[in-house]
Amino acid sequence: MQHIVIIGNGIAGITAARNIRKLSDDSITVISGETDYFFSRTALMYIYMGHMEYRHTKPYEDWFWEKNRIELKRAWVSSVDFDFKKVIFSKGGDLAYDKLILATGSQSNKFGWPGQSLNGVQGLYSYQDLELMEKNTRNISRAVIVGGGLIGIEMAEMLHSRNIPVTYLIREKCFWGGILPVEEAKLIDRHILEHHIDLRVEVELKEIIDDGNGRVKAIKTKNGDTIECQFVGLTVGVHPNVDLVKDSPVESDRGILVNEYLQTNYPDVYAIGDCAQMRNHLPHRRAIEAVWYVGRMMGETVAGTITGTQTKYQPGIWFNSAKFFDIEYQTYGTVPNQLRDNENHFYWECEDKKKCIKIVFNKETNIVSGINLFGIRNRHEVWSKWLGEGKTLDYVVKNLETANFDPEFFKRYESDIQAQYNQQFPDKPISIRKKGFLEKLLT
Amino acid sequence: MKAIRFTGLILFLFSLSLFLASFFMGSYTLTHEIFSSIVKPEHQEMLRNSYEFDRPYASGITFVNHLKKGIDEINVTARAEQRWGDIIYDDYVSTLTRASATGAVTENELLFFMLIYVVGTMGALMFILPQAKLAGPPGIRHNHIFHNALNNRGWLGMLSGTLLVVFYILLYFFPAYITNWIIIVNPVQKLLNPSASSGQWFLYGFLYTFAVIVMGFRMLVKYRHSRYQVFRTISVMFFQLAFAFVIPELLVRLNQPYFDFKNMWPLDYDFFDAWHINMLTQSGGLGIFMFAWGITLFVIGVPVFVYFFGKRWYCSWVCGCGGLAETAGDPFRQLSDKSTEAWQIERLLIHGVLVFGVIMTILVLYNFFGEDFYFAVNKWTVLAFPAIIGAGLFFFHRKKFPYMKGGKVRNVIVGIVGFFTLGAAFSEVSVFAKYMPVDGNNFNFSSGNIRTMYGFMIGSMFSGVIGTGFYPFMGNRVWCRFGCPLAAYLGLVQRFKSKFRITTNGGQCISCGNCSTYCEMGIDVRAYAQRGQNIIRSSCVGCGVCSAVCPRGVLNLENQNEYGRFNQPISLGNVNKII
Ligand SMILES: Cc1cc2nc3c(=O)[nH]c(=O)nc-3n(C[C@H](O)[C@H](O)[C@H](O)COP(=O)(O)OP(=O)(O)OC[C@H]3O[C@@H](n4cnc5c(N)ncnc54)[C@H](O)[C@@H]3O)c2cc1C
Ligand code: SF4
Ligand code: SF4
Repeated sequence: MQHIVIIGNGIAGITAARNIRKLSDDSITVISGETDYFFSRTALMYIYMGHMEYRHTKPYEDWFWEKNRIELKRAWVSSVDFDFKKVIFSKGGDLAYDKLILATGSQSNKFGWPGQSLNGVQGLYSYQDLELMEKNTRNISRAVIVGGGLIGIEMAEMLHSRNIPVTYLIREKCFWGGILPVEEAKLIDRHILEHHIDLRVEVELKEIIDDGNGRVKAIKTKNGDTIECQFVGLTVGVHPNVDLVKDSPVESDRGILVNEYLQTNYPDVYAIGDCAQMRNHLPHRRAIEAVWYVGRMMGETVAGTITGTQTKYQPGIWFNSAKFFDIEYQTYGTVPNQLRDNENHFYWECEDKKKCIKIVFNKETNIVSGINLFGIRNRHEVWSKWLGEGKTLDYVVKNLETANFDPEFFKRYESDIQAQYNQQFPDKPISIRKKGFLEKLLT
Repeated sequence: MKAIRFTGLILFLFSLSLFLASFFMGSYTLTHEIFSSIVKPEHQEMLRNSYEFDRPYASGITFVNHLKKGIDEINVTARAEQRWGDIIYDDYVSTLTRASATGAVTENELLFFMLIYVVGTMGALMFILPQAKLAGPPGIRHNHIFHNALNNRGWLGMLSGTLLVVFYILLYFFPAYITNWIIIVNPVQKLLNPSASSGQWFLYGFLYTFAVIVMGFRMLVKYRHSRYQVFRTISVMFFQLAFAFVIPELLVRLNQPYFDFKNMWPLDYDFFDAWHINMLTQSGGLGIFMFAWGITLFVIGVPVFVYFFGKRWYCSWVCGCGGLAETAGDPFRQLSDKSTEAWQIERLLIHGVLVFGVIMTILVLYNFFGEDFYFAVNKWTVLAFPAIIGAGLFFFHRKKFPYMKGGKVRNVIVGIVGFFTLGAAFSEVSVFAKYMPVDGNNFNFSSGNIRTMYGFMIGSMFSGVIGTGFYPFMGNRVWCRFGCPLAAYLGLVQRFKSKFRITTNGGQCISCGNCSTYCEMGIDVRAYAQRGQNIIRSSCVGCGVCSAVCPRGVLNLENQNEYGRFNQPISLGNVNKII
């Protein structure tokens, strides 16, 4: 029986622990300094907004760990002695392991702005960040958020729920411009404005100004504007947390480097989740993918290897989802923000300007490589199959109905989409879906 | 807009205060005329000496207490001397109080009705409707629910829960005290059926419908982006208003039996009572049709509809209890307990009630067709019985719950025992004697007594006092989840033979917990969703709120091929997964 030590009780570390337990009788210890129990980081915003309390974000009841003989230890690890195979705690003491899994997650980026360490300036990643934000945003009259990404818009929504006016600075031309094509990004921009967020695109932060007591009182932008505020949210991305392997025999680049078995260069040491960087990533994936699902899948995979079944990390098609205020977003496959030479796209936007889909396909073969959906839900399973089988644009548009995952009675847009397709691509027309009896009655 | 909301709130609070204040209004004078027109001749002699005539009482409470005392004294003596024939079962207290009431309320029924219900509705709607503009674009608006004193068991929640419980206890057991409230809804009773005058059940039906409609509008505004929610809410509002409230009253007006066409056995537990069967079968063609309809509904309607649509067709589209839960109860849905233990308790209780209901009905029917049976058992033996079963269950299952150190399961057993002990104690109090039939140290079991006990324990205490009164403490589906025998029956069909399921969308779940938090039935939806498993639970009422609140579009209520309904837990994404 080996002792497996996992640093990090996020989705990656916890999935690894649960799967190792299913596959073996090894003794398992999960260490984290953040919280006693695994909670869903993705739900932090809902705690602040009062949709849930912390206890609701714990995916397993507290008895689960003891019942499954997964030892939980609340402590910060200050370093790892890789040669003697033990982790050393910041408060003293150590713990020996046979195999070590690093699942230390990410840390918020800070780009060395003057004043970035003032009180009232923070990122949002950990539970402690949330507590801090609760304190920092009490009785304030304006907040500034810097960085047009997923956490930035969540922070905007959080502050908005407390009626705190928000100025939102984005370096790019539109929201999440590094990922989203411009049509979709514009759609979200409009929605952000609809929620009375003071959105300012192509504006960069220059410095944060001290009020004399070590607290922020305003910020300056590179355009020379000064915006008074008592809170600054820095949400300019995250980077892998590699603190524990810096200056150690375990190799790292931006993340902790791992092979396709999620092994580091050092025997018996593995890295998974946000903190890991693939040495050779698959063509349709990236080397570092800081999303929930990757943490889960890596956790599932590493459990195999550790318990004796060498298992390659082989993620299927890329998928992701998010919600921007009220607009849900799902994506399957790859939809780049700028089309590549051999690519074309088909874009449909609903009259209400709140729903759209974008399908990217190969100009020559018509084979579809990915879809973005806003305000419409689609089935993961169907898209996984279509993209795997290399379906063409006409096939996909014709069969869109099969992929629809919207609740019953919701308005359906397949016929509109198909009609537009026929207009745009008259050489390969498809038949248009007929509305059902009930549907006609209701619309 | 904000001003409209504020005014609306003020108006509503005014109406609510007036409603509460009207409880204390008026004076009561019993006259000889009233007495002789209401009390049966054989009781007049006995009662006349206990009452003071022509004395005005300023307090309704004292008046009712005096009336009650008179009757109680007679009954106690009669029991002690075993003169069973002399016991008074008639509800003279209510009828006498109603007839003796004078003062502002009695003289201005309509005015009070307007000030309380019309102004109250206006106020509520002024408060609710502007949210469509004020709360921002359509979408899930659950902001601050857990910061709110009403929604998260704060002082407002405790206060409203207590008021509800008190209201239910008065309504069920002491309606004479709420005579003024009953009088105030009389204008509506007259409108629907001029020859009747309002009673306690009319008041209840009216308030119920009022709550469903007004809070239904709130639901429509809140979920205006989800057509599933909109249609469903309109449906429950319609069924409550038409089927549960208006049609039965009109039937009575037309000299037909009072009948709610959407209610059914075993929820409608008096369906097979002798008086009910007789009433229906002796009321001509329509009555016989009603009787046949009521039976068809649960024999054929339930399995067929549940097979195609799941139990939601009833529980969250048609049913009155469900209708109240989905409208007035919506602000409390997040308070349901999601723990595994709560689920275990739920199964124990709800199936227990189903068994109790079925046995009770069989006995009642046995009595209807054949002879009555009768046996008496020592009270303490009866009380020990559930205690022994409970303790035995716990003993044999203790290995199953190693994590329940002194947990809720044990508490429940203590609870059951406590309930029966309380029952015994209650049975000593004369008011409850008619619900808990005891004779000395014995419980007398006859089908009639068991039926009365069911009515008291399940019909009144569980479905009413706890079922609705506990909304602000335990969520809006306490009754539907832990007690309703019809829900248990629908659930069994849904679990084993139905096309309905909630589908999980591949690997998109981020385990955020919104779905579980807002599931009123306390289903830990996330536990399934994060494993990529379909949700097939007998308790799911198909409210669709889990699907609506999921920020990642993971859940969908579907009626599809039965094949593959119980899918393997597979969250998509990982090609090389070994479990
Ligand atoms: C606000 C927010 C919203 C998000 N929303 C989404 C979303 O919608 N969809 C999505 O796909 N992804 C989302 N993400 C990203 C997602 O949460 C992460 O990708 C995921 O949580 C990473 O999981 P992990 O297990 O790799 O690391 P983590 O969850 O970061 O867990 C690492 C744990 O290790 C602990 N730790 C680190 N170092 C030490 C040490 N030295 N000693 C002790 N403990 C240590 C940390 O404290 C932490 O508890 C979101 C992230 C945030 C912050
Ligand atoms: S599982 Fe979903 S649909 Fe079923 S009762 Fe719970 S919230 Fe409603
Ligand atoms: S199913 Fe949706 S709401 Fe439920 S935990 Fe998963 S992402 Fe959250």
